[in-house]
Amino acid sequence: MSMKPDTPKPAYDRADARVRADNGLSGAARAFVDRIRSGDLGILPVVVGLILISLVFTALNPVFLLPNNLVNLLFDAAAVGFISLGIVMVLLLGEIDLSVGSMSGLASALVGVLWVNMGLPLPLALLAALSAGAMMGAAYATLLNRFTMPSFVSTLSGLLALLGMQLYILGPTGSINLPYASFLVRFGQILIMPDWASYALALVPGLGILWFGFRQMKARAAANLSYTSASVVLVKAGAVTVALEGAVAYLNLGRGVPFMFVVFVLCVAAMQYALTRTKWGRSMFAVGGNIEAARRSGIKVKRIRLTAFMLGSSLAALGGVFSAARLATASQQAGTGDVNLNAIAAAVIGGTSLFGGRGSAWAALLGVLVIQSISNGLTLLNLSSSLRYMITGAVLAIAVIIDSLARQSRASHGRA
Amino acid sequence: MAVKDATLAPAREPILRLRGVTKTFGAVSALSDIDLDVHAGEVVALVGDNGAGKSTLIKILAGVFQPTSGTIEFMGRPVSIDSPSAALTLGISTVFQDLSLCENLDVVANLFLGQELSPWALDEVQMEVRAWQLLGELAARIPSVREPIASLSGGQRQTVAIARSLLLEPKIVMLDEPTAALGVAQTAEVLNLIERLRDRGYGVILISHNMDNVRAVSDRIAVLRLGRNNGTFTADATREQIVAAIMGADDNVAARRDAIERTRAQQ
Repeated sequence: MSMKPDTPKPAYDRADARVRADNGLSGAARAFVDRIRSGDLGILPVVVGLILISLVFTALNPVFLLPNNLVNLLFDAAAVGFISLGIVMVLLLGEIDLSVGSMSGLASALVGVLWVNMGLPLPLALLAALSAGAMMGAAYATLLNRFTMPSFVSTLSGLLALLGMQLYILGPTGSINLPYASFLVRFGQILIMPDWASYALALVPGLGILWFGFRQMKARAAANLSYTSASVVLVKAGAVTVALEGAVAYLNLGRGVPFMFVVFVLCVAAMQYALTRTKWGRSMFAVGGNIEAARRSGIKVKRIRLTAFMLGSSLAALGGVFSAARLATASQQAGTGDVNLNAIAAAVIGGTSLFGGRGSAWAALLGVLVIQSISNGLTLLNLSSSLRYMITGAVLAIAVIIDSLARQSRASHGRA
Repeated sequence: MAVKDATLAPAREPILRLRGVTKTFGAVSALSDIDLDVHAGEVVALVGDNGAGKSTLIKILAGVFQPTSGTIEFMGRPVSIDSPSAALTLGISTVFQDLSLCENLDVVANLFLGQELSPWALDEVQMEVRAWQLLGELAARIPSVREPIASLSGGQRQTVAIARSLLLEPKIVMLDEPTAALGVAQTAEVLNLIERLRDRGYGVILISHNMDNVRAVSDRIAVLRLGRNNGTFTADATREQIVAAIMGADDNVAARRDAIERTRAQQ
């Protein structure tokens, strides 16, 4: 190609004069403000919400912000977080799973019965609980695929059936205590990362941003596409690292970073990769966005549904086992009450659309932090559960309102 | 010039040759004895009233329906198109009327939907480059390929849908009512696109109800009426000739009105 050296060929995506080139730090900042204005709020509402919640609860009871309370909060968040992560998978398709609470309860009961009562090895009991989840998910997907039974109905009947199964296998005693000295209970209650390990781990996201950022810069430059400037990548990585190291240092003033929470965050990161960087994830969004278009593009819609529901119920089962570990008991109450609603609320508050095709794995993490902070703060205030339910319900309503308003704004700004 | 067969065409070998294609649904014959040729670098319009069998014919070529009898030759050899993916592998791609785009995904994701590069670690950079190349081939005016489809205009969406049909390097592109939902400027944009498809050597089958658009871009116009061939016209055929073939008679309201308008214009 003969190209004059003094007229560099414009990048593919900068050739159109109508597109404003957002270069460098100021460009990135301008693009960010534009996105927020058009209603693409991202994680902003969650961050603002978390700050507000902290301010209010700390003013009402200073214990809220003490390191050890936050450590407890993270322990609790991990268990519900897994259930919420599963819900995100189902919501992305525009479906719903109302039985996640019962599924988590049944899973905890299965572990209790198989491991404590029948003396099976723990890994085997865990495997049984997870398979029960996978089977239930497969059942929902089959009902939807074969009989076009709406997931709302199938999972509603599943809610009742699973609860019945949980009560049946727990038998008349109604609850099973898990041994305190066991790994599972220690994992759910006291296992904390060593200080050095938590500091090292907090470096990983920043390094990841640097590594992927520079690799992407190189690849895009080589392909003659525009790329984010090095300063943006550096600032991003620096900000994330400072924030995480700060958080870890604060938690380490108390007991430290719970292992269970780290496992949850790793799972979220893995799911986020699967959703955004694999063909499977792209298919999930396509099925949630326009199922007919997905089918015509050759996506195996039924298989995508099967994987989503199986993942959803399996993660709910895992969350149930972690909850049991947290409480050191498998009881008739496990998974009942507000577990269902909290998990779904967390996914929605984190920014997953109830209508499918919009959301992320991070939504589960961020949403569960909000939900768990509220629940924790209200407990510290010694409020009765009646008031707690009402306040949590109001927060869910507010989250959905913010989501709807943002969606209207996106629509008027011509964004999905 | 109305000629009652499908041979009013360049002397070259056609890419697609339909002979005696018949499709019956129970007692109803939706298509009987259809002949159609499509050559490389040629726009063939398929016109006809509702129920004339256009959609049935398109669906047969897209692999949705199987013909009851008749032969389909593709690149000179007889083929059976028994599934949508078989049509795609042969090199026949279809842009459906509803476009089948996912509004929540960006242009790149839509172009490569179901055909993503490196499924376990999506190669976004290569996909974006290929997207720009495809759009560049069509001289399409899409400002950014990283915007969700929801932010594009109707004409731009049609462009994306057409670009997607070119991803697998087809020989024939079928467009079902590509301008039905578009305004004047966007229609012109899409008609330009169709010209560019022809210039790049694709065979194009265009279904449209809009006679002006059809006559503007088509090399040949094949009329279907009640499931049968009812004449093939060149682009210089008059509007009332085509309308008459579609309606099945020279004496009807639309043809008369056209004739009156023409005499007025001549005066």
